[in-house]
Amino acid sequence: MSTRQATPRFSEREERLLASLTAGGVGTYALIGGLLAVFLWGLVAYATQLRHGLGVTGLRDHVLWGVYIANFVFFIGVSHVGALMSAILRLTGAEWRRPITRMAEAITFASLLMGALMPLVDMGRPDRLLNLVRYGRLQSPVLWDILSITTYLTGSTLFLYVPMIPDLALLRDRYADGPAWRRRLYTFLSLGWQDTPAQRHQLELIMKVMAVIIIPIAVSVHTVVSWIFGMTLRAGWNSTILGPYFVSGALFSGAAAVITAMAAFRWAYRLEDYITEAHFRRMGYLLIALGLAYGYFTFAEYLTPAYKMATAERGYLTAVFSGPFARLFWFTQLTGILLPLLLLTLPRIAWVPRLHRVPLLRPQPALAAAATYAVASVVLSAASPRLTMAGLNLNEWIPPWVLPVVAVWLFLAFLPVFHARPVMAAAVASLLVNFGAWLKRYLIVVPTLLNPFLPIQRAPAGWAVYQPTWVEWSITAGALAGFLLIYIGFSKLFPIVPIWETREAPAPREAADQEGIVGVPAL
Amino acid sequence: MKISRRLFLKVAAGMAAAAAVGVPASRAHRPREGLAAEVPLPAPPAGQAGPSRRWVMVVDLAKCDGCRECTRACTAMHRVPPGQEWIRVYEMRDESTGLAYWLPRPCMQCDNPPCVKVCPVSATWKREDGIVMQDTSRCIGCRYCIAACPYQARGFNWVEPAATPERTGEPYDPEWNRVHFRGTTEKCIFCPALIKEGKLPACVAACPMGALYFGDREEDAVTNSQGETVRFSALVIEQAGYRLMEELGTEPRVYYLPPRKPQYPLPPPEEPEPAAGAGRAAIPAPAVPPKRIATAGGVRR
Repeated sequence: MSTRQATPRFSEREERLLASLTAGGVGTYALIGGLLAVFLWGLVAYATQLRHGLGVTGLRDHVLWGVYIANFVFFIGVSHVGALMSAILRLTGAEWRRPITRMAEAITFASLLMGALMPLVDMGRPDRLLNLVRYGRLQSPVLWDILSITTYLTGSTLFLYVPMIPDLALLRDRYADGPAWRRRLYTFLSLGWQDTPAQRHQLELIMKVMAVIIIPIAVSVHTVVSWIFGMTLRAGWNSTILGPYFVSGALFSGAAAVITAMAAFRWAYRLEDYITEAHFRRMGYLLIALGLAYGYFTFAEYLTPAYKMATAERGYLTAVFSGPFARLFWFTQLTGILLPLLLLTLPRIAWVPRLHRVPLLRPQPALAAAATYAVASVVLSAASPRLTMAGLNLNEWIPPWVLPVVAVWLFLAFLPVFHARPVMAAAVASLLVNFGAWLKRYLIVVPTLLNPFLPIQRAPAGWAVYQPTWVEWSITAGALAGFLLIYIGFSKLFPIVPIWETREAPAPREAADQEGIVGVPAL
Repeated sequence: MKISRRLFLKVAAGMAAAAAVGVPASRAHRPREGLAAEVPLPAPPAGQAGPSRRWVMVVDLAKCDGCRECTRACTAMHRVPPGQEWIRVYEMRDESTGLAYWLPRPCMQCDNPPCVKVCPVSATWKREDGIVMQDTSRCIGCRYCIAACPYQARGFNWVEPAATPERTGEPYDPEWNRVHFRGTTEKCIFCPALIKEGKLPACVAACPMGALYFGDREEDAVTNSQGETVRFSALVIEQAGYRLMEELGTEPRVYYLPPRKPQYPLPPPEEPEPAAGAGRAAIPAPAVPPKRIATAGGVRR
C-alpha cells in the first residue's frame, strides 16, 4: 500500500488495547497449534463415527443420549450470559460494563456455534438433516430449539457486530502495519463508518432496540433446551420448573465463563488498567447472586419429588442421592455451587489474613498433608489386593473422615492466599462453576435414562450401562478446543476491549472506583 | 381505538387460514399415501356397518408362560436387528405380594402417543386405524421418540443392520418393515401388512398358549392363535382388563388381563438372561442390578 505514510498511527492507549491483534509470541502459536491438534483429533473421531455409525459410542437403547447432549446443554448454557448480561447492563446504564461487554458477547458467539453442532454430532442420520426443513413439525421441541438457537445466533452476532463498527473503522484508518487482507476486511466490515453524529445516533438507536429484543430471545433459548427433556414423561425430566431451572443454571455458568475470559485476557495482554479488580468484584457479586438463585432452584427441583418419593421417581432419586450416581451428584453440588460461593465470599472477611498466624494453617503444611494423603491412598490401594489375602486390609487404615479434614485444611490454608489475590479467587471459582456445570448436565441426562418406568431387562451385554467411548471424549475435547479456537481467533482479528466505548466513558480506573461497592446501579 | 366486530372476524379468519396453511404439524394425524386409509380390509361381518377399524391387542397374563415364541416370531418376520425386541417379555414381580408373572410388551400403539408428539420430521405418526406407524426411511435418528416412550418400546439401529435394502435387494416398505437402515429408530407396528392379508400379527399367531388376542374394537371381537374369537368388551370387563401405566394418559391400545389363577410356571427367582445379540466386546458385561428386576414401578393398574 503506497498510502502508508498518510495513515495516522495508533495512540498509546489503542496500542495497549489492540495488543491481542498485533502481538503474537511463541506461546500464542503453541496454544493455537495445540488446540488445532485437539480439534483435528475430534474431527478424526467424528469421521470414525460417520463411517461406522453411532455404534462406536457408548450409547445404547437405554442410555440413548449421553455426553453429546450434555455438551449441547453445557455450551448453550455458557452462551447464555454474554449477550444477555451485556444487554441488561447496557439498558441499565452501568458504565463499568464497557471494557468487558465484547469479550462476554464473543463467548456467546463461540459457544453457540459449538453448542449447535452437538445435536448434529448426536444424529443417527446426519445425511437426512434436510428432512428437518422438508418435513419439519412445529410441535416437536426439536424444531423449537432450531428456531430459537438460530434466532439467538443471528441476534447475538448482530449485537456483537454493530457496536464493533466504530472500532473496525478505526482499524481501517490506522492499522497501517497490518496485512492487506486485514485492511480489506476492516474496510468491508466497517460499512463506511465516518463517525458522524447521524451515524452515532443510528448506532445508539440500533443498540437500544437490539438490547431489548435480545433479552427475551436469550431466555427462550435455554427454556426450550430444557423442554427437550421437560416434554417427556421420564422421572427427573417431567418437571414444570425445568425451564427456569435451566435458565438459572445457564446464567450461572455463563457468568462464570465471562469471569474466566476476563482473567485470561487481563493476564495475557496486561489489561490491568482496563479490567480492574473492581470489575471482578462486581462480576463476583453477580456470580454470587446467580449461584444463590441456581442453588435455590436445585433445592426446589430435588426436594419436591424427594419429599413425596412417588413410585415413578423413586428409582431415579435413589440412584442420584445414594445410589451409583451419588458420589458424582454430591461432588457436583459441593464443588459446583457451594465451594465457588465460599471462594467468592469468605476471602473478603477482614480477619482472614490472620489465619496465617497459626503455623499449621500456612499453605506449606496443608499442601504437605494433602500430598501425603494422596500418595498414601494410592500406594495403599495398589498394595492392598496382595495384602488382603494375608489378612491385612490396608484400605481401612485411612479412616473416611481424613479426606474431608484434609480438604477443609487446604481450604483454610488457602483462604488468606485468595484474600491477597481476589482476581485469582474469582478465576478459580468460575472455573469450578463451569466444571460443575458440565457434570450437572451429565447428571441431568444419564441417570434419568438409566431409571425408566419398566425395569431394564434382557439388555445385551453393555447395553444397561453407559460408558462413554474414546470417540465421545475426543469429540467433546474437540468441541472445547473448537470453542477456544473461535474465541482466540476472534480476539486476534477484532479488538476484544471496545476502544471507542471505553474512550467515551471516564478514564476506566476512575469510573470503576467512583461507583464504589454500594452504588452499583446495574446490580 | 375500538376493534369492530367485522375487523375482529377478519383478523381471526386470516389467522386461522395462516395456521391451516403454515402448520405442517397436522400431517401427524393424516394417513399417508398408500397406507392407512387405502388398506383394503376384509369385508366386515354382515349386519355390521362402517369401514373404520380400531385395532386392539389383549394380553392374557394368566396364560403367558414366558416362552418368548412371540418375540422369536416377530424377530423372524421383521428380521429385527440384534439387540432389539419389538415384543419383549418382562419378568415382573410385585415386591409387596411376591406375585410373579410374565409381561409381553409390544408397542402400545397409544392414542395419545408421546413419541409422535416429539418426532421432528413426522417419521412416526398415528394412523386412523390406531396404529402408530414408523417410516425409517425418513427418520433422522435423533432418538427423541425413544426418550419419550415410557414403555421402552423403541429401539435404535446403532450399527449397520444385516438386512439393509442394498444387501437384500428388497425395497423398503414401512408396512412390512423387513429391511432396516443404520441410525434409525424402529418398533412394533402391529404387522399392518399381515392384517391387510386378513392374518393375525406374527406374535399373536405364534403364541402357543393363545395368550395374545388381536382384533378390531369397532367389531368388538378379538382372536387368538387357537382360533378363539371373543367379544373384546366382555373379555376386558369380565376379567378386569387394564392398560400399562394408565395414569400417564398415553391411552394405549394394548389391554392386559390380570394374572389370576395362572396356568404357567412362575418366572424363576434369579435375574433374567440378556437377549441374544450384539453386545460390545470391549465393555465387560455388567450384571443388571437385581433390584431392578421388577420393582412395583413397572406395572400399575
